[in-house]
Amino acid sequence: MGKGKAVAASATGGKKKRGIRETLWKYRTLELMCLPAIIFFFMFSYMPLPGIYVAFVNYNYQGGIFGSPFIGLQNFQFLAESGKLFELTKNTILYNLAFIILGNILAIFVAILLNEMRSKWFKKVSQTMMFLPYFISQVLVGILVYNLLNYDYGFVNTILVKLGLEKWGPYSDPTVWPVLLVIIHLWQQTGYNSVVYFAAIMGIDAEIIEAAKVDGANGFQKIRYIILPGLRPTLVILLLFAMGGIVKGNFGLFYNVVGTNSILFPTTDIIETYVYRAATTEFNFSRASAVGLYQSIIGFIMVMISNFVVKKIEPDYSLF
Amino acid sequence: MAKNKDLDLMESGSKVKIGISDMIIRGFGYFFVTLYALACVFPFLIIIGTSFTSETVIRAEGVKLIPKEATLQAYEMVVHGGLIWKSYGLTITLTLCGTLLGLSIIAMTGYALQRKDFPLRNGISFYIYFTSLFSAGLAPYYLLMTQTYHLKDSYFAVFLPLLMSPWLIILMKNFVKAIPHEITESGKIDGAGDMRIFIDLILPMLKPALATIGLFLALGYWNEWYQSSLFLSSRIAVKPLQFQLYKVVNEAQALKNSVAGQYVSVSDIPTESLKMATAVLATGPIVFLYPFVQKYFIGGITVGAVKG
Repeated sequence: MGKGKAVAASATGGKKKRGIRETLWKYRTLELMCLPAIIFFFMFSYMPLPGIYVAFVNYNYQGGIFGSPFIGLQNFQFLAESGKLFELTKNTILYNLAFIILGNILAIFVAILLNEMRSKWFKKVSQTMMFLPYFISQVLVGILVYNLLNYDYGFVNTILVKLGLEKWGPYSDPTVWPVLLVIIHLWQQTGYNSVVYFAAIMGIDAEIIEAAKVDGANGFQKIRYIILPGLRPTLVILLLFAMGGIVKGNFGLFYNVVGTNSILFPTTDIIETYVYRAATTEFNFSRASAVGLYQSIIGFIMVMISNFVVKKIEPDYSLF
Repeated sequence: MAKNKDLDLMESGSKVKIGISDMIIRGFGYFFVTLYALACVFPFLIIIGTSFTSETVIRAEGVKLIPKEATLQAYEMVVHGGLIWKSYGLTITLTLCGTLLGLSIIAMTGYALQRKDFPLRNGISFYIYFTSLFSAGLAPYYLLMTQTYHLKDSYFAVFLPLLMSPWLIILMKNFVKAIPHEITESGKIDGAGDMRIFIDLILPMLKPALATIGLFLALGYWNEWYQSSLFLSSRIAVKPLQFQLYKVVNEAQALKNSVAGQYVSVSDIPTESLKMATAVLATGPIVFLYPFVQKYFIGGITVGAVKG
């Protein structure tokens, strides 16, 4: 494309090669404006790519990435045969499915209710309150949860004791975390996500709603037959994009809430937390990289598929 | 509330009256949204309550919403420990420098890539966009940063990677798209160079975009803990605020360091209230500021969330 334009630009100037050089010179300011970003992505996104090779070696410090013994697919083989890869993939995908499905349902629910509110003041204040969790760091999310749930002094246990009930110790019980993590994730994201749907409702033609009212549609019918169908395109697009990221975990949430509590790992270990541990505490860079590469490839395929589907349904929204 | 109901009847009264179903939906809406909004704020209130509660009460009766025997002891200790102010200084510096630098680069790139006559725009856009499709993963990145760039224990390891992201550049491009190309054309006719056009004509029109993207950057720097946890070891005494908070909550040693030299006995340190006081201090500015800037974030969502 760039070449084609360059040729066109040089139509009067004779040779093709000189044309390209001239074009490059002509747009030197715009090129310079892009240069810092080009260098940035080269340094932090492209430079790590050759290092993927570490997934195929048995890494040691003396040898470094390219001097360690090559062992082919053994790292992958180990991860697959030990069942680790399957467990991590399963956890990551199941959590994401719960986040995506319940997250969208709750966001739509909140957006529709907000739309029915007539008090501007109430709308504003409640939206601001719901937005608060989005602005805090994941570290603080971990602390909020700890302060609520810890066995010794946590708020929930304070209440339980006061009611004469037995204390609850979720930090030593892996079975409750799938539910807890979903709740925490929804708590943090819904305020933000509902804005997208709220904007979509605002985009529905007000005349259609008025017309329905005049025709005698009641509130439930209005939501069922006008608002929900009106939100469908937004929902479909958001779901498809979410599918593109189905193997990418919410590392900050899991790392800060679960942390290094290995009792909880069977139900809370996702790809990101495993890779982080393998790289930073076990220094097993080869294994960490093998899992990371596996994740990148699956992720890439998922994005391609979801983008392909988006392009079929709603070409305007496709990524590329 | 009653007043609003009246307003409502007046608004729609001319055409349709409010049916029972509307009343049910509205009533349930007020109930549910109130409850949900309170649930969003509630955990913060407990943290604040805990930070003012004396340690003996916490140990005997647990954490409470309203502190019994309210005390400022935990805050006094954090403040006297002094480490948190150094973290504040570091985080504010990182946030200001990172936001300014990142924003300048993102704005320039976003404008250049949206220029219809720029032949390299598609190539460079893809070059940037591709990085969000496929990445090397954590391990090669970590090895590169520590062994090739030697950024272990350097603040640059925290500062640099947060400067920009493909998503923010795309968001900027979408904002620039709304500016008519004729403005660039008119600048050209007046004989202005591309940089002049960008600074004098385009930037003033990009104010909402700069506010939105600047706030996303600033929030990223303020809430940073991930790069710090990867690259800053315990040899670095002054850590970015959120990472300092992480350390104080998760490591007994860091908790002790944060109140260094004030108490003889370790068992006298009010552990729980101290953690929560640090959390309140590290988060306070955001909680006070975000209501004033949230509209820019909402703008960001509606301009760039769905459309890439």
